[in-house]
Amino acid sequence: MAANMNPKKNPMPSQPPEVRAHNFQEVATGYTKDTAIDEAMRCLGCKHMPCVSGCPVNIHIPAFIAKIKEGEFEEAYQIIAQSSSLPAVCGRVCPQENQCEKHCVRGIKGEPVGIGRLERFVADWHNTYVQDPPMRPEPNGYKVAVIGAGPAGLACAGDLAKKGYQVTIFEALHTPGGVLVYGIPEFRLPKSIVRREVDALRALGGEIQTNVVVGKTITTDELLHEMGFDAVFIGSGAGLPRFMGIPGEFLKGVYSANEYLTRSNLMRAYQENSDTPIIRAKRVAVVGGGNVAMDAARTALRLGAEKVYIVYRRSMEELPARYEEVEHAMEEGVEMLLLTNPTEILGYNNPEDKRDPRNGFVTGLRCVKMELGEPDERGRRTPVEIPDSEITVDVDAVIMAIGTSPNPLIKNTTSGLEVNARGGIVVTEETGATSMERVYAGGDAVTGAATVILAMGAGKTAASAIDMYLQGLEK
Amino acid sequence: MYKIVYKKSLNAAVTMMDIQAPLVAKKAQPGQFIILRVDENGERIPLTIAGYNRNEGTVRIIFQIVGSTTAKLNQKSEGESIADFVGPLGTPTHTEGLKKVCIVGGGVGCAIALPVAQKLHDMGCEVHAIIGFRNKDLLILEDEFKAASDRLTIMTDDGSYGKQGVVTVPLKEAIEAGENYDQVIAIGPLIMMKFVVATTKPYGVKTIVSMNPIMIDGTGMCGGCRLTVGGETKFACVDGPDFDGFAVDFDEAMQRSAIYRDFEKHAYEKTCNLFSKEVE
Ligand SMILES: Cc1cc2nc3c(=O)[nH]c(=O)nc-3n(C[C@H](O)[C@H](O)[C@H](O)COP(=O)(O)OP(=O)(O)OC[C@H]3O[C@@H](n4cnc5c(N)ncnc54)[C@H](O)[C@@H]3O)c2cc1C
Ligand SMILES: Cc1cc2nc3c(=O)[nH]c(=O)nc-3n(C[C@H](O)[C@H](O)[C@H](O)COP(=O)(O)OP(=O)(O)OC[C@H]3O[C@@H](n4cnc5c(N)ncnc54)[C@H](O)[C@@H]3O)c2cc1C
Ligand code: SF4
Ligand code: FES
Repeated sequence: MAANMNPKKNPMPSQPPEVRAHNFQEVATGYTKDTAIDEAMRCLGCKHMPCVSGCPVNIHIPAFIAKIKEGEFEEAYQIIAQSSSLPAVCGRVCPQENQCEKHCVRGIKGEPVGIGRLERFVADWHNTYVQDPPMRPEPNGYKVAVIGAGPAGLACAGDLAKKGYQVTIFEALHTPGGVLVYGIPEFRLPKSIVRREVDALRALGGEIQTNVVVGKTITTDELLHEMGFDAVFIGSGAGLPRFMGIPGEFLKGVYSANEYLTRSNLMRAYQENSDTPIIRAKRVAVVGGGNVAMDAARTALRLGAEKVYIVYRRSMEELPARYEEVEHAMEEGVEMLLLTNPTEILGYNNPEDKRDPRNGFVTGLRCVKMELGEPDERGRRTPVEIPDSEITVDVDAVIMAIGTSPNPLIKNTTSGLEVNARGGIVVTEETGATSMERVYAGGDAVTGAATVILAMGAGKTAASAIDMYLQGLEK
Repeated sequence: MYKIVYKKSLNAAVTMMDIQAPLVAKKAQPGQFIILRVDENGERIPLTIAGYNRNEGTVRIIFQIVGSTTAKLNQKSEGESIADFVGPLGTPTHTEGLKKVCIVGGGVGCAIALPVAQKLHDMGCEVHAIIGFRNKDLLILEDEFKAASDRLTIMTDDGSYGKQGVVTVPLKEAIEAGENYDQVIAIGPLIMMKFVVATTKPYGVKTIVSMNPIMIDGTGMCGGCRLTVGGETKFACVDGPDFDGFAVDFDEAMQRSAIYRDFEKHAYEKTCNLFSKEVE
């Protein structure tokens, strides 16, 4: 078969920007069978597999793409499934441009192979056409507790359940999925995909107890010493939102991205029949430049905003969000205020009438313009303020998407659990083992806010370390 | 699902329920709260743990019907279940070392104050309780407070029961009469707590208030419950809900509590219409 030498990827079919900016359906609709095969033909099947080295979980990329070329989609899926627990999720949200696709040989002259799009195609094909055979492995007699039902926890629990462990996930919220259900919006990751992964875990015999806050409802020590769990995996994420500490952050209409997205996604405030309120602002400023900021901005548009700004203190080049998401946001009409830093949030105040209902609502965001100065030790150029460059943007909501850190709840209630200066749980990287015997951790709880694939990978690593540890005890 | 094993109406607008939730019952401490959702599309709302029975595995809540979610909850009967119930959340009220305390409760805040009063009383601390209501019809928990305090003063705005006036009047009298309280604990509407603090501050009597901002997760994840306390940002769900009353910025908290006023009014009317249709 001759390779397809088209320098460009097959474009991703998507809803037109002017339509999708007003609905919550998925933006990208996915490759068809023919497009997938055509895209697969662009892969050269390189022997040295540079793409694989860029994949955090080393998916055997040329091998699964080769199966697509042959139209053997289920076999392609099985190859991915050897290394990844969440292909339908990662095919949608992985920053492929910094991972596998960055190293793809085809990217030297032209665009890399659309590895992510192919992964998604294969996973969706499997989910549509293949009924997984019910598999209940023989119980091996060990019990493992998993804290948090995000990608790290789900991956760890899934691998252990497949090996016959009796696994129970304890999740604080009422719905499992972690950031996949409360953070990443429906239009980028349909919740039905997450639900499917959760159902698959249950089908394997994994139990999920929602509404259990470890550290409050039960403690790590109780799991180990009273409830009879042989090991514990902590995958509690990095959910604690940061604020800037500028004046006006307590005004009505100022949200952390976590709150805004949780109201819209988890509590479904975007739907008519939800009891949870959300401010339907007309003009919105989102502070920050990551995926979280893009998600908040695009959610605001879909909730009816007429004007949405991204306010980011560095330039386009430093924007940490995935390129595709920035592009999507801009196509939908989000305006980028780059090299701009907020200094104060302004609010309504009627000095004549203290009871004026408009009092205390956001009216604007005051900012200064920045320029990039000398590079810091990590090579990032530090933004410095330009004197007398103040601007004010008229907005009625401000969403802070400037990062999150690990929640101290578990650390504070688990004696002997070591954390670093940023609150991340200290682990041995190869195993996920923490400072406590029989306790493992992984995902954002360890690294701080990172990616789905890294969290999933860490869950799998810990699952295999837990397995080795407990099996080792037998001998 | 969490079963309602007992339900009782305390007055026209306040209901008491015992919910089957063994894990919560096992850990609950006075001053902590739970978050519940009535059904699939429901909002998450916080309610204080008004009591618990560790043997039976039940947790008591007492709530005032103020809007859509509390109205829906009140529609549920004994034997029915609610979708979600998570806790115990927040930091328990500090009671160690207290010898003499005045507890000031306003309206449904009395339900929140009761377990704290009971714990202090059981510890052998001298408890003076001042509870206030708009009128006699709204009075709740009188017998329980009588049992849990060494001295009980009941106030009503209109004088239809107890003494007429607001709770700060007898509080000030007591302090001026030389009652040396280790602490005043005030639980009720924001405006009441603000005035309690204004009363105790000139005398330097340490005053703890129980804050009730709008919450979602109750674990520190959303930041929606943030308050300014002593110039610092605090999350009421994890750092509180109890705070040093002298340090709390009440005006800010009062303004924030009205974020969704229009939505809530609309939702309440919708819920009421729905229920009145069902009745027809
Ligand atoms: C808006 C947004 C967009 C993002 N977009 C992308 C993207 O496009 N691509 C990408 O790769 N990554 C993205 N990320 C990052 C990615 O989602 C995270 O790195 C990943 O979800 C981390 O997984 P985790 O399992 O470690 O933690 P989480 O997904 O945070 O899950 C942790 C779970 O633990 C639960 N929990 C916490 N504390 C307790 C406790 N005490 N007891 C019980 N349960 C507890 C939480 O409720 C949660 O369900 C995004 C993140 C956000 C917020
Ligand atoms: C820590 C804490 C403990 C509480 N304990 C009790 C209690 O024991 N008994 C009791 O009757 N009430 C208690 N409340 C208040 C109770 O949560 C609200 O009355 C309830 O949420 C109202 O919901 P609704 O839909 O019926 O009314 P709505 O019409 O939605 O709102 C009425 C008012 O309730 C407040 N409110 C609305 N939604 C929330 C929310 N998600 N979180 C917090 N406040 C909200 C707002 O200030 C609003 O103005 C407590 C609140 C907190 C934060
Ligand atoms: S580097 Fe690119 S062309 Fe080479 S095997 Fe990987 S995906 Fe195919
Ligand atoms: S309720 Fe979300 S942080 Fe407190």
